[in-house]
Amino acid sequence: MIGINHYLVLSAILFAISVMGIFLNRKNIIVVLMSIELMLLAVNFNFITFSSFLHNLAGQVFVFFTLTVAAAESAIGLAVLIILFRNLRSINVQDMDSLHG
Amino acid sequence: MVTVVLFYLFAVILVGSALRVITAKNPVHSVLFLVLAFVTASCLWLMLNVEFLALSLILIYVGAVMVLFLFVVMMLDIDLEEIRSGFWKNLPLAILLGVVILAEMVTILVRRPIVVTGTADVQVLNPDNLSNSYQVGWLMYTQYSYPVELASMILLLGLVVAVALTLRKTNKNAKYQNIAAQVATSSTGRVTMLKMSTEIDQIATNEVAKEVIAEITSADGGSKK
Repeated sequence: MIGINHYLVLSAILFAISVMGIFLNRKNIIVVLMSIELMLLAVNFNFITFSSFLHNLAGQVFVFFTLTVAAAESAIGLAVLIILFRNLRSINVQDMDSLHG
Repeated sequence: MVTVVLFYLFAVILVGSALRVITAKNPVHSVLFLVLAFVTASCLWLMLNVEFLALSLILIYVGAVMVLFLFVVMMLDIDLEEIRSGFWKNLPLAILLGVVILAEMVTILVRRPIVVTGTADVQVLNPDNLSNSYQVGWLMYTQYSYPVELASMILLLGLVVAVALTLRKTNKNAKYQNIAAQVATSSTGRVTMLKMSTEIDQIATNEVAKEVIAEITSADGGSKK
């Protein structure tokens, strides 16, 4: 029988994969953004799992808010990406050093 | 038995597509595998009886966010070789990090598995009669109505910021605010003080006033005089 721990391990695997994705594609900011979306999915998976197994709906409402914020975040992130590409002609993270950080 | 098979099937597809998201050469393929990952996650959520969020995940992510990603990826002209140059160099570190994170989290779950005993205290309406959408909607419009309004403000903010960031002032005929000029203005630039008597006929010596009166009379066709 599939229990709560199966779902939690699955979401842990997803989270680890998305952390690896950020490290592997350090130059490609689009894939970094996609890894962040995957990370949010893993966290939402935890919320949903506990909400379902504990019969508590607060987790599902919280996931709804997370989805809202993630949608706004990716819209703004892609807008920033577009003006960045317009100015630099590249999406390489290494080129974005005009602040010399 | 069917749920076990379905769970492992979906789990394998989810992990496989997530791995392809981070390893695909072409960013377009990454986006498409991410769509597959979201759809599979939505199927898993359906297995947990979370219908409302499973369907809104497909609507919001696959329908809106991923299409936005696809649009941006296809619009930008990316040098694929250059963008992938650090991939193999970073691979050992990334695998090490991923394995360590996964081992930490899984160790906790394996050593002391979470046992669900009974139900949590509140917020269950009547699970037998009412659908999941009804219950979540009921909660969102009663107990969480203020956060829902805040979430709508965040969405409005995202809309305005995305438009304001990407707007390009290329149209010469369009009228834009010149904020610097608006701020730098003063009363002397706007208002001309005239010194004149109340009766138009008894115009004083003011030169400017004379000009103004001449304009008025010529515009009226001289009918006033």
